[in-house]
Amino acid sequence: MSTNQVKVVITGLGATTPLGGDVESTWAALLAGKSGVRPLTWEGVENLPVRIAAQLVVEPEAVLPKHRLRRMDRNEAIALIAAHEAWEHAGYAFGDREGYTIDGDRLGVVVSSGIGGLHTALNSYSVYLDKGWTRVSPFTVPMLMPNGAAGMVSIEFGAQAGAHAMVSACASSADGIGYAMDMIRSGRADVVIAGGTESCVHPLQMASFGAMRAMSTRNDEPERASRPYDKNRDGFVLGEGAAVMIFESEEHALARGATIHGIVAGAGYSGDAYDIVLPDPSGSGQAKAMRRALKDAGIVAEDIVHVNAHATSTPAGDVAELTSIKAALGEEVAHKICITGTKSMTGHLLGGAGALESLITVLSLREGLVPPTANLDDLDDGVDLDIVRGEPRKLPDGPIAALNNSFGFGGHNTAVVFKRAL
Amino acid sequence: MAATEQEILAGLGEIVEEIVGIPAAEVTPEKNFIDDLDIDSLSMVEIAVAAQDKFGVEIPDDELRNLKTVKDVIGFVQGLTV
Repeated sequence: MSTNQVKVVITGLGATTPLGGDVESTWAALLAGKSGVRPLTWEGVENLPVRIAAQLVVEPEAVLPKHRLRRMDRNEAIALIAAHEAWEHAGYAFGDREGYTIDGDRLGVVVSSGIGGLHTALNSYSVYLDKGWTRVSPFTVPMLMPNGAAGMVSIEFGAQAGAHAMVSACASSADGIGYAMDMIRSGRADVVIAGGTESCVHPLQMASFGAMRAMSTRNDEPERASRPYDKNRDGFVLGEGAAVMIFESEEHALARGATIHGIVAGAGYSGDAYDIVLPDPSGSGQAKAMRRALKDAGIVAEDIVHVNAHATSTPAGDVAELTSIKAALGEEVAHKICITGTKSMTGHLLGGAGALESLITVLSLREGLVPPTANLDDLDDGVDLDIVRGEPRKLPDGPIAALNNSFGFGGHNTAVVFKRAL
Repeated sequence: MAATEQEILAGLGEIVEEIVGIPAAEVTPEKNFIDDLDIDSLSMVEIAVAAQDKFGVEIPDDELRNLKTVKDVIGFVQGLTV
């Protein structure tokens, strides 16, 4: 552990996902190995190659009033819902609710989305075509911009240290978590609301990812469709959701007597500089990100006991990541750790994935339990590492660390190190 | 037939409640949209568009700037529909 660095701890967790409307229900479903993937029921869905997705269990309409939702894209609304859960979990005051207060100048926000307000952009364009520009919502721009959720969360909680959104496709919120950690390390903030959100389950996405042949077409068995490391995997399943954590300097958290759920210890990044969608097949970019994360956290490979893998359930990607893990941690350590692919249950939240899987990693360390990779019936011949399957895996006691990997179109590789709080 | 002041007031109340969530009962003639009801300029655009549809009048952007209170809107709508 670097001695001169501010330690960043996690004091609050919030999420709304295809497995549940909050952290507790999501975690219970993860441990039970339940899938959140369901059939899509849109009109005209039969014209799409992909007719399944992992959609939210709790609609934003059940949580936020209608007049507020009029001026928010769905991705922004769910970020706000997850942020509220995390804020309350951390014990902070809001409105009439009593709790700790913080000077807005010391509070930051980093909430990322890879796509932004796709629903808004397309709905507003339809309104324009049908009724003309005067009927287009004047809130269209703040609803479609990918930083909209970050801005709205900052307004909600009065965060004036800075509000940011990283955009790097499926690595967006992992990048955001690194940035949020650095905001505290550099002294810009004492507390940061850090997370990710995505909601783009829309026919256009099914068509465009479908055109790439990137998604599973197991339309008849939605719950079995996302199956990382399984021999019969055939692509990823799109998911939607938001996950938000409260990051805090250890000093600030201890001073107010907060419960500490985990430590965000370091982040590592690399760019493949290889292809706009294909990962570098050598895996060297992904391995670099993991090694840099270990270095940033001031730990060695032997400290890692678990990896929450990017594992999207694509034929090439899952096995390539394992090669990268071996390159980063060394063969010996790579064979000792346990790995899970939780997208088997949540689907792929794209820009929200890094935040949700980081939250899952934090819970895995705290609870000492790693959720299984669902639907792993026949292990791919190329898999020679320990993939958690069937039931949750117990983690050792004591001071342990885990990695969460996120890789995005554009060649963005990000790895984040979390440590158990003792 | 032209709408009465009461009808326009009630219609405006419904629009304001729908768009910004302020109870219709709080939308009374003397209220200023920005200072009293805390409605921002983008929401005013939405309210104006909804009012145009509801009352069948055209509210030009230049005119919208002058409609500061609920009474102003009632007067404007009545002036055009009488």
